[in-house]
Amino acid sequence: MADEKKPKRKRKPPTKKEPMPEQDPSVRRGNFEEVALGYAAEAAIREAEKCMQCRNPKCVAGCPVDVPIKEFIALVREGKFMEAAEKIKETNTLPAICGRVCPQETQCEAKCIYGIRNEAIAIGRLERFVADFAREKGEPLPELPEKIGKQVAVVGSGPAGLTCAGDLIKLGYDVTIFEAFHKPGGVLMYGIPEFRLPKDIVEAEVEFLEKLGVKIRYNYVVGKIRQVKELMEEDGFDAVFLGTGAGAPNFMRIPGMTLVDVFSANEFLTRVNLMKGYLFPEYDTPVKIGQKVAVIGGGNVAMDAARTSLRLGAEEVYIVYRRSREQMPARLEEVHHAEEEGVQFKLLINPTEVIGDEKGNVIGMKCIRMELGEKDASGRRRPVPIEGSEFVMDVDTVIVAIGNSPNPIVTESIPGLELSKWGTIVIDEETGMSSIPGIFAGGDIVTGAATVISAMGAGKTAAEGIHKYLSEKKD
Amino acid sequence: MYEIKFKQVLNPVTKMLVVQAPDIAKVCKAGQFVMIRVNETGERFPLTIADFDREKGTVTIVFQEVGKSTQLLGRLEVGDEILDFVGPLGKATHTDDIGTVVVIGGGCGSAIAYPVARAFKEAGNHLITINGARSMSLLLYREEMKKISDEAYETTDDGSCGVHGFVTTVLGDLIQQGRKIDLVFAVGPVPMMKFVAKTTEDKKIPTIVSLNSIMVDGTGMCGACRVTVGGQMKFACVDGPEFDGHEVDFDELMGRLNAYTKQEEKSEELYASESGGS
Ligand SMILES: Cc1cc2nc3c(=O)[nH]c(=O)nc-3n(C[C@H](O)[C@H](O)[C@H](O)COP(=O)(O)OP(=O)(O)OC[C@H]3O[C@@H](n4cnc5c(N)ncnc54)[C@H](O)[C@@H]3O)c2cc1C
Ligand code: FES
Repeated sequence: MADEKKPKRKRKPPTKKEPMPEQDPSVRRGNFEEVALGYAAEAAIREAEKCMQCRNPKCVAGCPVDVPIKEFIALVREGKFMEAAEKIKETNTLPAICGRVCPQETQCEAKCIYGIRNEAIAIGRLERFVADFAREKGEPLPELPEKIGKQVAVVGSGPAGLTCAGDLIKLGYDVTIFEAFHKPGGVLMYGIPEFRLPKDIVEAEVEFLEKLGVKIRYNYVVGKIRQVKELMEEDGFDAVFLGTGAGAPNFMRIPGMTLVDVFSANEFLTRVNLMKGYLFPEYDTPVKIGQKVAVIGGGNVAMDAARTSLRLGAEEVYIVYRRSREQMPARLEEVHHAEEEGVQFKLLINPTEVIGDEKGNVIGMKCIRMELGEKDASGRRRPVPIEGSEFVMDVDTVIVAIGNSPNPIVTESIPGLELSKWGTIVIDEETGMSSIPGIFAGGDIVTGAATVISAMGAGKTAAEGIHKYLSEKKD
Repeated sequence: MYEIKFKQVLNPVTKMLVVQAPDIAKVCKAGQFVMIRVNETGERFPLTIADFDREKGTVTIVFQEVGKSTQLLGRLEVGDEILDFVGPLGKATHTDDIGTVVVIGGGCGSAIAYPVARAFKEAGNHLITINGARSMSLLLYREEMKKISDEAYETTDDGSCGVHGFVTTVLGDLIQQGRKIDLVFAVGPVPMMKFVAKTTEDKKIPTIVSLNSIMVDGTGMCGACRVTVGGQMKFACVDGPEFDGHEVDFDELMGRLNAYTKQEEKSEELYASESGGS
């Protein structure tokens, strides 16, 4: 064996991720097609070959659903893409989605050991590649265990509900999802735009679940058409999982919020995504967009609304955010993409009034400049208004993307369900069970607006919790 | 899919459909609404539940053909199916026994006022109804209203039937005469509801109006339906659709209802040309 210890070996320069092919910004700001185009097989193998296959990998600890990252990447190296996809699906029901919208940079890739000296292995891009490959090829169904003979109702078909349903069906339960909308996916379908997450991918992932035996009832607003209690006592469900999300939009407490050209990001994005308003008049749902659009907020939702505005033909689109760039909660990649496409960032600015004419049309937005002061409870420096710095921004459309609260329809319909002061459901972290035995919850309805993957993690935890609860329960 | 069991043309612009929707029929109450999407490319829009039959499992809707979506709906025949039919949404009307109640329906609103009126009557109230429209041919539910009312009035703008004038003409008279009125319930065009609320304001007669905001989801997730009530922002789909008429900002509501006029015209024109203008 040669002696490895050479004094002062010249180190290789840090490597970068295989670049992601993307639509050119000047082209894509005019269409709704997907921005990132995905790896080709060669690029995927090249990227996978850099993986060190660490004996004690850290990446998986950063994944809320424990994807066997090292193992699936090993299969990609060998060109065994179908096997790699199967491997991922052992723990992740929605890999094509996660590969597109997860904040890998703060999760698995943040922990990647190779990433200490280099750019981390592009785990998300590999996950996406593998999932797309398998979907296009046609995935075989996994073998399912015999039916246990117990039924679980899942309320809401967002990532939390879908994950919970997928895991339970694989354990042998009969699972029915009840969804308020006419389409599955929750935010994946109505919130995140087509150009970031094509809707046929969401539908394909849901179809896969249906092939496994998950039943879905649409147009079914639990708490209105049927009570959770009735599902359990009359319809034969042994447990219920609530994954109803944080769908209620917040508005600012400033004058002008009910003007005609002021929209919540939820309304705007729902019209465009779920109702396909960008195809109006082929589709009947209209979308209103002006020439100069201000999007208030600095999260992913704001970025999506801004980029959608551009695609609908707005000439100027501003992100108006009261803190600084470093404090924006949006994923870096999304900010970067928005900027490339021409979205303008108006930072440290807070709206104080939306100005309308006598017909209710927006003709401007009064703002005040901000500066960063002391740290607040969230650990971020608190923005404080600079006196006398008011000005009027010339805009004709305002989209409010300052966050969403839990939708109270379900929670208010369940007497005795313990809620936090924010209206979220209080659960046992370990099992996902709420204050009422047999009722479990997870996702945004528990945490407030968070991420796809954390909702999926919660769905997973609850599936285990439900399995444990029903296994131990004597009837 | 939700099958149409019965259809009736109530007048040249208004149709009634009885829709098979047993789960909704089982639990819905007067004052609640459903969200409808007619076909895959259709938009979602709200219609108030005009009646229901728990045993037959049907829900009745009455609507005016005012745009492409309602025209599409109006073209469906018995045996056809509506793609999406979601409900029952919104809060139900409180129809307690409080004494004398005046229920006012304007135009298509009479169809919605009818089950509310019936519920007030069944609760034991002295029921006065005012059924108004532009012209006699547009008056809806005439016999039904008369049958359940202790006193029934009809008004037409052109004087072709009943009192020549507006619903507020009769309401104003009743108040003038010093009649004891404990509650007024009004549903119909926004200007009508606005003037009803104005008419009852001086005497502070509690007045409930049922608002028909633009809605996308109907479950509190978009805010399209927001209205200002008593200076506060409310979502008509979950906080309403019924509100205190004296507190509602009707002018703002009218502006918001007109938000998509241009797009709606375009959609309707295209539809008319595609369907051969028939
Ligand atoms: C525009 C936008 C962009 C985002 N971008 C990202 C991103 O890039 N990456 C990321 O990780 N996260 C992102 N998020 C956040 C992420 O989408 C959410 O955290 C996640 O979807 C929450 O999942 P959930 O299953 O808890 O709820 P949801 O996805 O909200 O699903 C809830 C479902 O429950 C249904 N429901 C509600 N009430 C009822 C009822 N009474 N009866 C029946 N069904 C009901 C709803 O219709 C919905 O389908 C984004 C969010 C938005 C709005
Ligand atoms: S219709 Fe969307 S919140 Fe009321």
